[in-house]
Amino acid sequence: METYYNPADLAKFAEIGKNAPELAQKFFDYYGAVFADGALSEREKALIGLAVAHAVQCPYCIDAYTRSCLEKGSNLEEMTEAVHVTNAIRGGASLVHGVQMRTLAEKLSF
Amino acid sequence: MPAPSVSSAEPLAAASFDQTLRAHGIDLVRGRTHTLQVNTGYLCNLTCRHCHLEAGPHRHEIMSLATMEAVIAYAARVEFATIDVTGGAPELIADIGSFLARLAKLTPKLMVRTNLVALQSTAAAGLMALYKKLGVTLVASLPSTNGPQADSQRGQGVWQRSIEVLKALNTLGYGQPQTGLELDLAVNPTGAFLPADQEPTEKRYKRDLEKNGIVFSSLFTFTNVPLGRFRQWLAQSGNLQSYQQMLVDRFNPAAACGLMCRSLVSISWDGYLYDCDFNLALGLHHGTVRTHVTDMQDLPPEGTVIPTGEHCYACMAGSGFT
Repeated sequence: METYYNPADLAKFAEIGKNAPELAQKFFDYYGAVFADGALSEREKALIGLAVAHAVQCPYCIDAYTRSCLEKGSNLEEMTEAVHVTNAIRGGASLVHGVQMRTLAEKLSF
Repeated sequence: MPAPSVSSAEPLAAASFDQTLRAHGIDLVRGRTHTLQVNTGYLCNLTCRHCHLEAGPHRHEIMSLATMEAVIAYAARVEFATIDVTGGAPELIADIGSFLARLAKLTPKLMVRTNLVALQSTAAAGLMALYKKLGVTLVASLPSTNGPQADSQRGQGVWQRSIEVLKALNTLGYGQPQTGLELDLAVNPTGAFLPADQEPTEKRYKRDLEKNGIVFSSLFTFTNVPLGRFRQWLAQSGNLQSYQQMLVDRFNPAAACGLMCRSLVSISWDGYLYDCDFNLALGLHHGTVRTHVTDMQDLPPEGTVIPTGEHCYACMAGSGFT
């Protein structure tokens, strides 16, 4: 069955530079620098990448950062906790808007 | 957004390993040999999922006393800077103690690769003390500081028992500063992915294992080679093609200078010579001729062409395999 997402497309990401090579190069250079060892280790950055991948719900990113986390030495406990961080922030972001709802409801109600 | 891939997205091994070497101007021949690796056989108390030799309790191929004598005689004829004893689990071989004691006199550095838990077996009683007496360098397998992750490769409960053995070795002085008793850790990935970089992994292991009161000397990360039991698992789990493609994609010509096959010669349990333990698993003989250790009068000649196969991509992927 055809789908919008094809796992093989992940390996073709660099092709995005075909019609805008300078922009792509700037992006990829920046991307490489962001994920290099710095104040945070590459392993920690990969775990953040995994959490963000779930937040943006990008199948390519989940594929890439699951592999990256394993290759950087992370384990399933750490990776699962990272996804719970995503879930907590997403859930919390919904729930905290409840304050707005309550404030308005209280204003509108007797 | 995923990291941009460097993959060519070409089909696997569009170029054979030899063609890839030639394309990069790499001439894979033996240099000066300084390490004698001795594989005592495939008997092991574990059946690790990444094992390229398919070692396990059911295997009966073990080094005989006659072959041990032939290895000792070779090590006496030719001085090796390092003798590296591996298996299977060398600890399970009868007479391993006297074999090691005699080898220790013939080399400045005697190394034994251990799965740790074999040292808890009845057959290995007294071996830890002997290792200490002989000053053996130990290279112990510990694929993760996380128990479930380690056990997924080595078997249920192995991680906890490995920790117990590491503590016992530490108590003997292994891995402790200024004892001269070197305890190194060998880390293979727990699946179809490349190992983490060695330096940050060593730092993380030191920090994690310190929580268990464990110290060690150094850590080495190794790529899983798609042979034997690991290859079977790759095929069964649907990972074989993508794993092989990844090894091809991550080909790193700079890894060629540190390849162990340039400076190590491996002897199988039955006494034949290979350029590495992986060629041993495949039966690819050193010099492409089946040569027994009793026929070796000198070091393997420099310049001898090393037989290769598609499995060799594993030693050239990423940081390489030294």
